[in-house]
Amino acid sequence: MSHATVPVKRPDSLSAARLPRWSPWAIAIGSVAAGCAIGLGAGLDSRIQWGLIAALLFVGVTYALGAKVEGRRQAKDRVATSLVWVAFILAVIPLASLVYETVARGIKVLDVYFLTHSMGFVTSYEPGGGIYHAILGTLEQVGLATLISVPIGLLTAIYLVEYGRGKLAKAVTFFVDVMTGIPSIVAGLFILSFWILILGFGYSGFAGSMALSILMIPVVVRSTEEMLKLVPNELREASLALGVPKWRTILKVVLPTSIGGITTGVMLAVARIAGETAPVLLLVFGNPLINGNPFSGPQASLPLYIYDQYAKSGGSQAAYDRAWAAALVLIAFIMILNLVARGIARWKAPKSGR
Amino acid sequence: MDIATQPPAPPAPADRPTPAEQKRAARGATRPGDRVFLGLSRGSGILLLAIMAAIAIFLTYRASLVLSKNEGNFLTTFEWNATATPPVFGIAVLAFGTIVTSIIAMLIAVPVSVGIALFITHYAPKKLGGPIAYVIDLLAAVPSIVYGLWGALFLVPHLEGLFGWLDDYFGWTGIFAWQGGAPRTLLTVGILLAIMILPIITNVSREVFRQAPQMHQEAALALGATRWEVIRMSVIPFGRSGVISASMLGLGRALGETMAVATVLSPDFLIHASLLDPGGGTFAQNIAAKFSEANDQGRDALIASGLVLFVITLLVNGAARLIIARRKEYSGANA
Amino acid sequence: MAKRIDVSGLTAYYSSHKAIEDISMTVEPRSVTAFIGPSGCGKSTFLRTLNRMHEVTPGGRVEGKVLLDDEDLYGSHVDPVAVRRTVGMVFQRPNPFPTMSIFDNVAAGLRLNGSYKKSELNDVVEKSLKGANLWNEVKDRLNKPGSGLSGGQQQRLCIARAIAVEPQVLLMDEPCSALDPISTLAIEDLIGELKERFTIVIVTHNMQQAARVSDRTAFFNLAAVGQPGKLIEIDETERIFSNPSVQATEDYISGRFG
Repeated sequence: MSHATVPVKRPDSLSAARLPRWSPWAIAIGSVAAGCAIGLGAGLDSRIQWGLIAALLFVGVTYALGAKVEGRRQAKDRVATSLVWVAFILAVIPLASLVYETVARGIKVLDVYFLTHSMGFVTSYEPGGGIYHAILGTLEQVGLATLISVPIGLLTAIYLVEYGRGKLAKAVTFFVDVMTGIPSIVAGLFILSFWILILGFGYSGFAGSMALSILMIPVVVRSTEEMLKLVPNELREASLALGVPKWRTILKVVLPTSIGGITTGVMLAVARIAGETAPVLLLVFGNPLINGNPFSGPQASLPLYIYDQYAKSGGSQAAYDRAWAAALVLIAFIMILNLVARGIARWKAPKSGR
Repeated sequence: MDIATQPPAPPAPADRPTPAEQKRAARGATRPGDRVFLGLSRGSGILLLAIMAAIAIFLTYRASLVLSKNEGNFLTTFEWNATATPPVFGIAVLAFGTIVTSIIAMLIAVPVSVGIALFITHYAPKKLGGPIAYVIDLLAAVPSIVYGLWGALFLVPHLEGLFGWLDDYFGWTGIFAWQGGAPRTLLTVGILLAIMILPIITNVSREVFRQAPQMHQEAALALGATRWEVIRMSVIPFGRSGVISASMLGLGRALGETMAVATVLSPDFLIHASLLDPGGGTFAQNIAAKFSEANDQGRDALIASGLVLFVITLLVNGAARLIIARRKEYSGANA
Repeated sequence: MAKRIDVSGLTAYYSSHKAIEDISMTVEPRSVTAFIGPSGCGKSTFLRTLNRMHEVTPGGRVEGKVLLDDEDLYGSHVDPVAVRRTVGMVFQRPNPFPTMSIFDNVAAGLRLNGSYKKSELNDVVEKSLKGANLWNEVKDRLNKPGSGLSGGQQQRLCIARAIAVEPQVLLMDEPCSALDPISTLAIEDLIGELKERFTIVIVTHNMQQAARVSDRTAFFNLAAVGQPGKLIEIDETERIFSNPSVQATEDYISGRFG
């Protein structure tokens, strides 16, 4: 190009020296080996250090080799790739460990006896006892919270999607968002302040349910709203054009069309509140005995049971074992809810498609 | 359905409908059934607003009862003796602990989450990306008490080596000086919170990166960009606001987290120079820890601190929503 | 500045599906070669094999040779990044980077390939925008976002971005299909100017456009839906449109199918 004033930089040829395809794996294996060797040699007893050394070596060596053989741009690309892999592995290790530890330690005392008996008068130092009272409490509290939240949540979502246009709808939308972010302990404090401190009621499962509802309602509203928006307008118009009143259209056409998605949303919301501890701690208080009446007197709950076994046991192994076993039951319950909910979503998905 | 059996519509009234009637007709709420249904659904919306207002009012009311009696300075006193007469309490330590742990959590969680999100959308083999995303979705549902249990019984003992190391190499900074106590410190809490909020931030970021338009990525590729350069030029600019709002959601969680902090931290009411010294506290942790031995006045003091936490999380979440709203407009304009 | 492309025995796949089969042709330097053919005949896929964009699609792979002058794009030591740097591309829908200004869009490719002084960048950006016949329209708002331009202007911005790095070959994948007639005319004029400097390959749905802008035309066809696309013939554009040697080409051009 004769009139080019600036020489544009370009590669001389299409070929470039490249590291062989297996090099990332080789560097990774080398780094891990070196990490272990340094860890052993220097007598570092924490595996976390070994891992960090290996990760640093992996990124550093990748960059050095890449820069030497392939040039700076390719080296940057390789470092980005290696960092992304390291990030992934860094995150997977604790999360996998969490699941593994819970299962491995929880399975120890988990048996039919554990599931069907309460703590009774078993002290925290002795083995034995169970979580029947806690399961019962959690089911009742979560059930009541669901009974409160689902109608309010559904109706609010219907209002927002089917009726809401004005300022009120905007305000509701905004505050549903705000409510999603309320820390669970603040929800607990609110019910505490007005139900227990001002109105003078005592601790009860129902007080806990009210706090859990505050956490659950916005989740139900959000997911239901999304699902209702997926219902094609043609369906509504077709029904209205037949002379069906709007409320019947909503009940007979809109809701049935989106019922799968709504169910999924509700189940995910239930899964979310089932693990909440803080409001239960403030409002339900905990009880080693079976209390089947959620409207009167302290109850137990699974998450609270885990906390009590951990925090109020003075470090007894028997209590820790019970805490892990209860954690395993709680996780299993929540995961099953999640899996079933997602299963429903997938199963219903093609029908709700636009 | 009873359409066929319904009587024919009444003849239109001779006089024009009033504006209110027109409005109702436009909403489709002219029949009794419709009016009841509209009333119910609008009532639920109003109930939500009422709950929000009630939260603010009741917390403020109970807090005001005790704040007037407080002998200490609510903002600066390093003490929590709210059950005494007269009560002395202040949130300085709690505010410090809450902010420090949240900052540590964000510093760790945001880069790692963005890394995992990019891993899922742009680096992992196609067959691996989907299942990984699914599993991380599930992990977001693990209750915080389980993270707390794992943190206290597994993470804490495994952090001793790391703490010794930090002390060896960075002890001179003062922030990382270690006396050799159990690692139940603000740094541990920060690390645990980071692990807890990883799944949430990852999920939202992943969703945003996945939506980065193919055509802009191809444009970058066709200019001779490497994979990283494609991500830097066309994926990250597109996803930036999404990642920010995801981080804010994570921050909201970290600020309000109770049980994971309460199980791991060994609290006291001092601000320590070193992050490796046990002690300090957070708003939520302090409420859970002090609650059972507090009388009504003590509870009101805890409510006062909860009110502060409430306001902080409101601000953080509000900021996140604003960013999301801006992003919606932005992407709409370029669709 | 402009190189010849020699393709021999090229077959491209999407996973197990064979999209195009056994294509051989030569693209002359400093000329415009148009690819025409019915939808699904693989002309866009073939275009994307010429700068190794095809393999970016999940499952995309290629067999055969593509020689740029004498270098095989698919040789074992070839860096696909260097290939795309050498063979530029303009896409069907204008795709300026939405977060970048007009200036930064044009300079994007240069900034990847090394550091330039501000004055050097200014020169290249001005030259490229002039080369894309866009300079006069945008010179006063170089710092505004590129997404604020009209569709036709955006497409010329993308052309400026592609030619700023001075590629050897410029591939255009239906560059006018999303544009109005006036913008299309502007781009067609531009193609006529650009062929003085670049080897240009353009995929088009519009036979009049192929007749107007190209020197040589290649006709692609497929035996049936699901079958791989094949090159039917390539020849001087005048000959293809007046007296093609294959009956299918004549049928397609005279509008009997496609």
